[in-house]
Amino acid sequence: MKRIGRHTILLPNRPCILSGAAIAGKKEGEGPLGSSFDQIIGDDLFGEETWEKAESRFQYTAADLAIRKAGLTHEQIDAALGGDLLDQIMAASLAVRELHTPFIGLYGACSTMAESLCLAAMLVDGGYLHNAVCTASSHFCTAERQYRFPLEYGSQRPPTAQWTVTGAGSAVVSLQAHSSAICRCTHVTLGQIVDMAVKDANNMGAAMAPAAADTLHRHLTDTGRTPTDYDLIITGDLGRVGHDLLLMLMQERGMPLDPSRYIDCGLELFSPEQDVHAGGSGCGCSAVTLCGHIFEQFRQGKLHRALFMATGALLSPTSSQQGDTIPGIAHAIALEAAP
Amino acid sequence: MFDKKAKPGAARQRQLDRYAQLVDRLSPRSRLGQGLLRAFLCGGTICAIGQVFLELGQRYLDMTVATSITFGSMMIVFMTAVLTGVGVFDKIGQYGGAGAFVPISGFANAMVSPAMEFRREGLVLGLGAKLFTIAGPVLVWGISASVIVGILYTFFPW
Repeated sequence: MKRIGRHTILLPNRPCILSGAAIAGKKEGEGPLGSSFDQIIGDDLFGEETWEKAESRFQYTAADLAIRKAGLTHEQIDAALGGDLLDQIMAASLAVRELHTPFIGLYGACSTMAESLCLAAMLVDGGYLHNAVCTASSHFCTAERQYRFPLEYGSQRPPTAQWTVTGAGSAVVSLQAHSSAICRCTHVTLGQIVDMAVKDANNMGAAMAPAAADTLHRHLTDTGRTPTDYDLIITGDLGRVGHDLLLMLMQERGMPLDPSRYIDCGLELFSPEQDVHAGGSGCGCSAVTLCGHIFEQFRQGKLHRALFMATGALLSPTSSQQGDTIPGIAHAIALEAAP
Repeated sequence: MFDKKAKPGAARQRQLDRYAQLVDRLSPRSRLGQGLLRAFLCGGTICAIGQVFLELGQRYLDMTVATSITFGSMMIVFMTAVLTGVGVFDKIGQYGGAGAFVPISGFANAMVSPAMEFRREGLVLGLGAKLFTIAGPVLVWGISASVIVGILYTFFPW
């Protein structure tokens, strides 16, 4: 069995992440991580007629660039795994339409980048795919109109609200050991749904933090590791509130995190002056941070082992209106510098 | 959840309550004083602009008081529509909150912003169907309430 403990999947072949590409919007480009992105797109519409097409183009551009950076052609990609936040994950489907490769569409809300990496790493490790491309995207304008109000509607956002990131990230996972590989995938811990009865769609960090704590707890128990075994533990978009909650929850579980070795992509991506309230969110948030900033750190040798754990709030506008609580999820994948 | 009779156990309920308290403690609150002040300034400014049009209408355009009130409202609606169109009003709304929303400017913004947003889905199923997504509930319940009050007033006219 390629499993350790109760829920953690061991990847004995240690699939490589060959390349990553991060395409970000203007506001994200102006943030502290701006220099780590491959491209910054100043035009929110990316030359398209609609926000949805623009988001799709973000995702295609990221996937295409990641494939080219890996030194591969579209024909050499055995499958694409990806998703986004739109109804029926249209951005991913339209983007992958151009790749002419088998497609596994995923919906994990903001955890999509981790979900696609986990699945791709398992499929590649099992020998079912040679090269897989993982993608995830979000767009402020498509998310805003779907989950909240029209863009120009003058509503006030509460301080716990987060800002949907405009951007797409893509990574190529492969079995072939490549000298220029960024890192290797060693363990996968898939998330289970944790619902602590949070109903406030404007406080998604609070809805997702217990799921992050649960996945992290199970991962550490299964692997026998402690938080300090990782140079960096990276959560997706818990934001200010969720970040602080996770620190408290892990403390209570007797596995305290070292705040200097724990980052949340939603907090890294924007500076306080950019007025995004509790931080960034959306599939693109963890995707651009991982494929830009984190991969850069691996390349520069600053990271040796990291745990990437993107979180998702699996609510829909309908479930919110019907008064349901928000199910949270978090998927984790352990990454190690390629030898 | 699907068993309607089952209630969360005492331990689970304690856990949920404790978590709700923790969330409450760690979540930043809206600043009440700042919110009130901004709403006052923003709402006051909008109403002062309306008043300017009222006075101008009466003084230079030969309007009666009743006509000038309509004229003032129209000008605020027009200005809000333009500001929404050029992408400024959402920022005023974020700053002023109810101060930007409660004057008739809020209604204009609630009509123009869906019109801009949904025209890409077509004039019928996009703009036509979704024009009232925000203003609709206000109209439905506002008109319903006024009908009820009207009926009550018919029987108890004081």
